[in-house]
Amino acid sequence: MSPAEIIATLEKKFGDRIKAKRLDVPDAYVVIEPGDLLEVCRFLRDEPGLRFEILNCITGVDYLEPDPKKAPKAGFEPHLEVVYHLSSFTYPGQRFCLKLMLPRWKDNQPGQLPEVPSVASLWRTADWHEREVYDLCGIYFTGHPDLRRILLADDWEGHPLRKDYEFPLEYHGIRGR
Amino acid sequence: MSTGTLSRQEPTIVEYDVRTDEMLVNMGPQHPSTHGVLRLVLRTDGEVISEVTPHLGYLHRCAEKIGENVTPIQFIPYTDRMDYLAGMNMNLAYSLAVEKLCGMKIPEKAQVIRVIIAELNRIASHLVGMGAYGLDLGTFSPFLYAFREREMILDLFEEVCGARLTYSYITIGGVHDDLPPGWIERCQKFLDYFKPRIPEYHTLLTTNHIFVQRTANVGVLSKETALSYGCTGPVLRGSLDRRKGDPAWDLRKIEPYCGYETYDFRAVIPPFDDWDVGNRPWEPPPGTVIGDAWHRFMVRMLEVVESIKIIEQALKRYPNAQGAHRIEPPKHLPAGEAYQETEAPRGQMGFYIVGRPTKDAVPLRVRARSSCFCNLSVANEICRGCLIADIPAIVGSLDFVMGEVDR
Repeated sequence: MSPAEIIATLEKKFGDRIKAKRLDVPDAYVVIEPGDLLEVCRFLRDEPGLRFEILNCITGVDYLEPDPKKAPKAGFEPHLEVVYHLSSFTYPGQRFCLKLMLPRWKDNQPGQLPEVPSVASLWRTADWHEREVYDLCGIYFTGHPDLRRILLADDWEGHPLRKDYEFPLEYHGIRGR
Repeated sequence: MSTGTLSRQEPTIVEYDVRTDEMLVNMGPQHPSTHGVLRLVLRTDGEVISEVTPHLGYLHRCAEKIGENVTPIQFIPYTDRMDYLAGMNMNLAYSLAVEKLCGMKIPEKAQVIRVIIAELNRIASHLVGMGAYGLDLGTFSPFLYAFREREMILDLFEEVCGARLTYSYITIGGVHDDLPPGWIERCQKFLDYFKPRIPEYHTLLTTNHIFVQRTANVGVLSKETALSYGCTGPVLRGSLDRRKGDPAWDLRKIEPYCGYETYDFRAVIPPFDDWDVGNRPWEPPPGTVIGDAWHRFMVRMLEVVESIKIIEQALKRYPNAQGAHRIEPPKHLPAGEAYQETEAPRGQMGFYIVGRPTKDAVPLRVRARSSCFCNLSVANEICRGCLIADIPAIVGSLDFVMGEVDR
């Protein structure tokens, strides 16, 4: 199926729960609500004709311009995106991309991580990838079997891929800069 | 005792019968067979493993954060340090992602050079994989043979870019320099020298009785598990079965880039009955099953043969290839995003790059999808129920590089 047909199939099934779509970019994608994530993912994986058996990658992207002078011209509102890249094993070469838009902090309370349902029950790849996104981007995956830091130390503070991350001055007596 | 019956039910293996209290055994981060700094915490019952918990991050440099602060060309040297055994393939993966975002069209000459260099690096990388796997299992000689040949590839790389490990040769828009005069002949000379050496490796390892005993029916990974964990490259291909109609899962075949669709080669998936391994008549050693450590090893060995075929075709094309070896990339990245995967020696290496809406030279986000990261995550699944002594055989057969896992 071409990306246009995949999006048409999704729109037929989910209607206006598909919030936005882009076809004129290198990788076509749709935007959905976090609440619909599990349902859409299960459909993408199991529907004959789609069969996205492989989750290639989960990425968290922090859209924020930390410099207040540049912020008005940045071209985006501050928010977080979680991007899921999928590919099909049954139909080699078939790829698709899903996106979630999130607030940078849950309930606009700095420090409260936004929440996304975990897809680790659908693809085991998500287990480590979600731990990595949690570790580096600070997004909490509800229903994850074992959500703890993976690349950084367990007692690390903050999430380095947030644009407003402050580099630590010292860690256990090791000078940071 | 035949290897075919080597399983948990085997009554002659006393280790399966002797059970003790549950015990946690730490392995690493400096264990010689963990291929870099990886720490495994094993939960054991006697000699039998009940759980393996990998602890990563000892080599973590947060390359993705660095990528957000430098221009794409400045980031190329950092990609070398991900999979440092296949630096060229990492350069290529990142360059292709940036080129996809910029919509650049690469001249034929640059494409041909890229194919030659990437496949040479694949051979060098699989030679280390093969040699180091022998070391894991306690044989030293294959390592020396492998490094003898790898040294010649590194000499060829040194001629084109001056570096022997971290090349930064393939860059955005093509390759950094054209091939030096006489290099094509020297490369062909190396291939002519190298081809008769491959049967030696098969004698040393592939059909070696001790090697087969250690790897046959060990760490069996099913196709379904491999797909669910996102395993790619030789780890996934070792679990596929051509007779069941599984696709030849190789990105060079299914989503060709750099003009791979114009080269004549095969993607390696089991069974290997119609592959020429140099000493026919030849059959898979008894006891091996599809998806075990031996098959993953064998996929790498045969990929080397296919890479030689690709290089030889590319060397013939090079003198007549049109265009320049490099075109100038745009000064600023366009807005938007692109995700590109390539078939690196250890699996599908993907880069995801997001350009700023203000068309800055520095990207908003760089993400590296590491193949070894996914391949390593399956370790717990396939080590469960095996003996402690099998851990090096299984972990070694996954052939990961911690620099790429931790990034």
